Parts: sequence; C-alpha cells; structure tokens
Amino acid sequence: MQKSNPIVLSSLVKTFPNGLVALDGVNLEIQEGEIFALLGPNGAGKTTLINIICGLSTKTSGDVKVDGLDIERHFREVRQLIGLVPQELYTDMFETVWDTVCFSRGLFGLPKDSPLVEKILNDLSLWSKRQEIMKNLSGGMKRRVLIAKALAHEPRILFLDEPTAGVDVELRQDMWELIRSYKKQKVTIILTTHFIDEAETLADRVGVINQGKLILVEDKISLMTKLGKKTLVIYLEERINKTANVISRFNLDVKNDGLELEYTFDENEEGTAISDLIRALAAEGIHFKTLETKKSSLEEIFLDLVVKKK
Amino acid sequence: MKRFNYVGLLAIYKFELSRFKRTFWQSLVTPIITTMLFLLVFGNAIGERVGGISGVSYAAFIIPGLIMLTILNESLSNSSFGIYMPKFNGTIYEILSAPLSPYEIALGYVGAAASKSILLGLLILCTAIFFIDIPIQHPFLMFAFLIYISFVFSMIGFIIGIVSKSFDQLQFVPLLIITPLTFLGGAFYSIDMLPEIWRTATLLNPIIYIISTFRWSFLGVSPVSIYVSLGVITVIFLLSLTLIVIIFRTGYRVKT
Repeated sequence: MQKSNPIVLSSLVKTFPNGLVALDGVNLEIQEGEIFALLGPNGAGKTTLINIICGLSTKTSGDVKVDGLDIERHFREVRQLIGLVPQELYTDMFETVWDTVCFSRGLFGLPKDSPLVEKILNDLSLWSKRQEIMKNLSGGMKRRVLIAKALAHEPRILFLDEPTAGVDVELRQDMWELIRSYKKQKVTIILTTHFIDEAETLADRVGVINQGKLILVEDKISLMTKLGKKTLVIYLEERINKTANVISRFNLDVKNDGLELEYTFDENEEGTAISDLIRALAAEGIHFKTLETKKSSLEEIFLDLVVKKK
Repeated sequence: MKRFNYVGLLAIYKFELSRFKRTFWQSLVTPIITTMLFLLVFGNAIGERVGGISGVSYAAFIIPGLIMLTILNESLSNSSFGIYMPKFNGTIYEILSAPLSPYEIALGYVGAAASKSILLGLLILCTAIFFIDIPIQHPFLMFAFLIYISFVFSMIGFIIGIVSKSFDQLQFVPLLIITPLTFLGGAFYSIDMLPEIWRTATLLNPIIYIISTFRWSFLGVSPVSIYVSLGVITVIFLLSLTLIVIIFRTGYRVKT
C-alpha cells in the first residue's frame, strides 16, 4: 500500500473575523522526509498556514490531513506527530531550560526521558545551560530552547517558523547543520524564512505564497533552472561610447561609468546570442579584458515572482 | 492512541503548582497573615462587644466567612492568572499544539488553582484553631464543600482568564465584584441580623449561599436552607461549565 504524504492541504481557506482572507484555497502536499521551504512576504499567510496545521488557528473551510488523518477529528494522533518552533521567542521566563523541555514532553503525554532530553540539549549546545532560567538566556539560546522543546516528543514532522530570525551567523550555521541532521533522521521539515539563501541552502522544494495564494510549488533545483536567469558581465578595456549599436541591439546594461556591460539571458532559451554579441563587439572595435557569468539566486527569483508582480 | 492525556494534564497541573511554590509569600503566606489580621481585629477587638452568634463566639462565627473570603478570591486569581499568563507571554502555543483536549487543559489549570485554594483554606483553618475555639459539626462535609467551592470558583477564574484582554480586566471581577459581594454576603454577620428588607435583598447575592453552606458545616445552622444553597452553587457550577464548553467549541479568545 502506498504511504500517504505526511501533510495534504486541500482548498484550505482562512478568513479572519475582520474579513481578511489569510489563505485563499491553498492546495499543497508535503512529501515524506523532505525540507520544504515556504517563502512569502510579511502577511502572505505562512504563519496562518502553520498555525492551522498545528491547532493554533481554526480553518474556515477546506481539508487538512496529516499522515492521512483529519487534523480536527484525530487531533491527538496528528499533534503527536508534529513539533512546532514558533517565530516569536515565547518562553516562561522563570523556568529552567531542563524543566521547560521536560514540560513540553509531558504535554504530549510522554513519560520523563532524561537520556533523550540530555541528548537533545547536547545536540543544541544547551547542556551547560540546563539549570539556567530562561530569562537569563540570550535570544539565540532561547531560540535553541524552543527547538529543544519542539523535539522533546520526537516528532516526525517539524515546523520551523523563521528559525534563524535574530540569531548570529555562527548560530545560523549551527541551526542549518541541525536541520540537515534531522532530515537525515527522516524528519519532514517545513521551514518558513525571510532569508532566501536559507531556503536555497536547505530546501528540497520551495513554495511561494503571496496574499494567501500559493503561487508555485517546485523542486528547488528545477525552479532555479526554469525561472533562473543568467547574466554575462563584460569588463571592457576602455569606456564604451553609449551610442554604440551593440548596446541597443543586444539590450545591454551599461555599468561602472561605461567600463562594464551586462547582458541578461535565459539559459534555457539561449542559442547563439552570446557568440553573436562577442562578434558584434569585435566588429565595433570594442575590446574586453574578461568575461563573467552570474546565475540569478533564489532571492532574485522570489523578488521577480512576488515583489515585481505587486 | 489513548483517549485521555492524563500525563499532559498532570504536566499543566505540576507546572502551575511550581508557580505557586515560586510565589510562596504572595500565594500562601500573605493570605494567611491577612486572614489572621481580620480575625484579630474583627474577632477579638470588635467581637467582644458583639457577643455570640448562633451559639458560638463572634470570632468563631466569622472564621468560615473569612476562609471563604480568601478561597473565593484566591481561586479566581490563581486560575485566571494561570491561563492568562500563557496567553499574555505567548507560551499558550505549546498547550494548544499538544495532544490535549480542551477539557484536559481546563482541568489542569482549574485543578491546580483549586488545589492551592484547598491547601490555603486548610492552613487558615489550622492556624485559626490555634487561637479560637471553633466547633466543626460536619468535618467531612466541610472538606467536601471546600473542594467543591474551590473548583467552582477556579472554573469562573479560568473563564475570566480566557476572556480578559488585560491585567486590569483580570482583576476586575475578584476586586470589584466578588470581594464586595463577599463582605455583603454574610462573611462577618448573619443575615438574620439584618432588617427584613435588607435580608430579602441579600438573598439576591449568590455569595450568601456559598458562605451559608460552608458555615453550616461548622455550626450546623444556616439562615437559608442548605439544599437551596447547594442548588445555587450547583447552578453556578453548571453555568461555568457551559461557558467553558462554549469557549472551547468556538475557540473564543483562545484560537485565532
């Protein structure tokens, strides 16, 4: 029998009492063991989507199934599978790290498991802080504790809502390593982030949500291949005359006071244009020192999809 | 999958009790000292002039009322604060995303608040017994009423904690409604001492039935029928339960 996808959303709609449509008919299937990055501008509906799946928010209509089970009728089984790291640093200020992680495990109906909690705290470099009360911890440490709390009941699905917001570069790298390690343990990870390089580095698939609608869901590599553009940068020996024919003919951008030319092309559609361009430059007596190609990042693709279409 | 998450319920319960331990002076010592001061001033200083009521000294007469004054306020405050704080600091996310039914969540908070009130009530009683000779005609019923009333008012406190949007609103019911009603509800006097018109008016105050029930378990006499009083408390219990069910069914001020 084929195993169902861990999360399946069908025509999910969320309308708030003030009339705001936060999710507008979202259909999405998250695959077992993948890292899925959900990208979108502020207010796009990312957190609302997570909140509905995790039980913090009620849906207006549509279906949400986790491991083939309806999230409302089978809320106990569903929630047992899910760990949630919220966007904000929500903590009980006067609890110790150890107690707050054990408390989270208890909420899931599981008996105390000191070796497991010790392992999680060690993995997150929190072991030395286990007797520290939460209010004495830095923002980055609190973020780690929230991850530890989410992992305390050994979830199979982990939601990370902006997991590296407000953390330093070193901790960010540590978090990425941690996320990768949980993927190796077959944990399905759904990640929302504002750092698109994070999604580019970690994700297997990417979803882009804007104004409550899921604009696209695509394998990251094929997305970058399909929507990605390349730029050829030509570093000239001398300043170019801005009226040169080649500029208008190939729609070149003149940069660095005429010492650089940029030619943007779609790598999927490109045929002989680059060789034509080089020949045209030579024909007009324009000599270059060197050439460089740049591939557009996921961030540029995201901006193209969301921001420029506003 | 088990149908009842008693471990989760117990986690909430223990968490709330640990908060109680952290605020030992505020939660336990202060109410006891306050009650003893009431007893000293009203029971001894004024009581000697008042004389006996219902066959006991005035000091002995007011002890059940003083215990109720503390229990009602502490049950409301502890329970409302218990659920309001996770809403305020955002940590309610982990309660709502855990495999806990709304009733397990409510029972965790209400049970912890009621336990604190019961402990407090017993400590006040034990302290008072050192100083005042007080009869307890129905000790088991006294204990049962203490549990019942603590639970009912902890349920009301839980509702207040859910609907409150600010610390100001959290304090509104205990300070501006329950405390005045308790003072006017016979904590310090028997309603039989009032003129007929005021006695009738006092019967509209639900607190009178609560104090009368509890005092009956001590003195064996009550100005109102014990069955009517128990009926009123049960109506309050059922109303509170209905409101909690509605709150959780609709997600009112709990879920977005």
